[in-house]
Amino acid sequence: MDLIALLAIQVIYAIASLALISVGLAIIFGMMRVINLAHGEFLMLGGYVAIVATGHGVSIWIAMLVVAPVVVGIIGVIVERTIIRFLYGRMVDTMLATWGLSLFLVGLTTAVFGNTTVGISAPLGSFQIGAYRTSGYTLFVIAVAFVVLGGIFAVLRWTRLGLIARGTMQNANMAAALGVNPPRVYAVTFGVGAALSGLAGAVLAPVSGVFPTIGVAYVAKSFITVIGGGAAILTGTVSASALFGTINQIATFATTPVFGEVALLATAIVLIRLLPQGITGRFFRRGL
Amino acid sequence: MNARARNLLGLALVGLVGLSFLILTPRFAELDTVLDLTVYMIMAILALSLALVWGYGGILCFGQSAFFGLGAYTYAIAMFNFGESTIPLLLAIALPAAFAALLGYFMFYGRISDVYLGVITLTVTLILFNSVNSTAGPEFHIGSARLGGFNGIPGIPPLNVPGNKAAVIDLEGMFYLSTAALLATYFGLRLLLASRFGRIIVGIRENERRAELLGYDPRAYKLVTFTIGGALAGFAGCLFANWGNFVSPTIFGLAQSAQIIIWVIVGGRGTLIGPIVGCIGVQWLSAALGANQPSGSDWWTRVLANAPLILGIILIAFVLLVPKGLVPTLGDLGQWLLRARARRVATGLKPKQAEEG
Repeated sequence: MDLIALLAIQVIYAIASLALISVGLAIIFGMMRVINLAHGEFLMLGGYVAIVATGHGVSIWIAMLVVAPVVVGIIGVIVERTIIRFLYGRMVDTMLATWGLSLFLVGLTTAVFGNTTVGISAPLGSFQIGAYRTSGYTLFVIAVAFVVLGGIFAVLRWTRLGLIARGTMQNANMAAALGVNPPRVYAVTFGVGAALSGLAGAVLAPVSGVFPTIGVAYVAKSFITVIGGGAAILTGTVSASALFGTINQIATFATTPVFGEVALLATAIVLIRLLPQGITGRFFRRGL
Repeated sequence: MNARARNLLGLALVGLVGLSFLILTPRFAELDTVLDLTVYMIMAILALSLALVWGYGGILCFGQSAFFGLGAYTYAIAMFNFGESTIPLLLAIALPAAFAALLGYFMFYGRISDVYLGVITLTVTLILFNSVNSTAGPEFHIGSARLGGFNGIPGIPPLNVPGNKAAVIDLEGMFYLSTAALLATYFGLRLLLASRFGRIIVGIRENERRAELLGYDPRAYKLVTFTIGGALAGFAGCLFANWGNFVSPTIFGLAQSAQIIIWVIVGGRGTLIGPIVGCIGVQWLSAALGANQPSGSDWWTRVLANAPLILGIILIAFVLLVPKGLVPTLGDLGQWLLRARARRVATGLKPKQAEEG
């Protein structure tokens, strides 16, 4: 029984962290049809920002939840203005340019921070489930994922900003005709997506540590989650995270973490073969 | 000069340069230079494989390094098991080709769009990297070959003359072999692209729907292109395993995949000579930058000696500023200059004619 409870927490944690690392990418992809291959590096930057800020005496909570998203969001807007905006509508070129950006950021952080892992210890200690102990930080990550997803839902559903964003997503020309300025919407969207990636990277930094090439570990997982999920930002991310997270965690539990990852990636390929439009291309079509 | 004559002249020129390079280099260069040049030749074959798949076939493959690595690993494993290099060499071509065919069947017959194709090939590469990376223990072996996980497989026996185990190909022999293989690949691909098949795959790249309506099955043509690309990359991988006598999982890594893409984009999609130029140029640049890596910690030298940083800047700059790549852009420039001169000549004539008239 305790073991089942523990496993349940682990599965929910896997789903939550998958949703957390993917949601920034999902927003950028869902709204702008831009595949941002530098997504993993945004997560990595979020981790570094949190660690540097903590090192300068900022409280770890503020560093993770405020400083990291703001800084990475600003970087995102700069990237959109200097690179991405020239490439709208050229999906392949955007992929290539953002891949270049990813290499550039890896190189830059290596030059600045060196090729070593830095970490901060996870706060919140641990708690007891029957005979097992598990980290309290796990619950914090799950809570952050819930708040982020809930926040996105609230913004998209109930605010003017969300209405404009959804409108631009469905038909940019029509939105422009009604007085919306699509370039500005895109810049803001890219910034928000980057900020959420920064937040995710910072929140996961105490779990995994941070090093310049950590983006690689995230990028494939977040991509297949977004693509497996399909066009709808929230329903897609949640449903794909639920599927992949469960498979990953159960395979990890049964064998090794590496095999868990391989199982996840293999499932994703089969899923894309069966549902090329993603889960929300077939089911939950009316979701957000 | 018409297009056909120019084409033949170009071919003759490449052949001449290639042959003289093949014959003259080992006579005049030091052995370590020859060794460096050998790996450039091997990588140029890899660049050609993507030049075919992406530049002509229009298939955005982010995971060409998967086939390259698979070829290298197949050769290494088979070599430890057989001891004679003919079968391992053939396996190192056949297995990646078969894998490419399987993956290609999955992707093309699933009618997956371009962008997803890129992501899937990337994911497959990562799967291979993760799996091979985690096979460090002694329990992971195929026959008598230990997989070695992140440590890689050291001491791979070199190629030998087919049928004669004792006649091992030495370092200079490897140079001749790799350069000759590169030339053969280049001319083979030129021949392939000039054939009916080549015309059709370029047609599919330009407009898939139209090619389909004309009665060609794009899925089958893409599958064959992708498989040939996989076989070529596997062959390059086999040569690479020979060159260093060593393979490690980084061969599957994202950095390796990115490099191949960069070679092709720098040199130019839709040409064969471009990716070769791009490959050699970029590798030479990385080597030159890496070589003056100082032991000190001067910030600027550290930045300049940082390969990913420079490669990243190159990739962004080319996508934004020179999207066609070096060779086509230089070609355009040359034509523009020629036309400008022709215009000048023409306008220079006019007043004279007016005088005479």
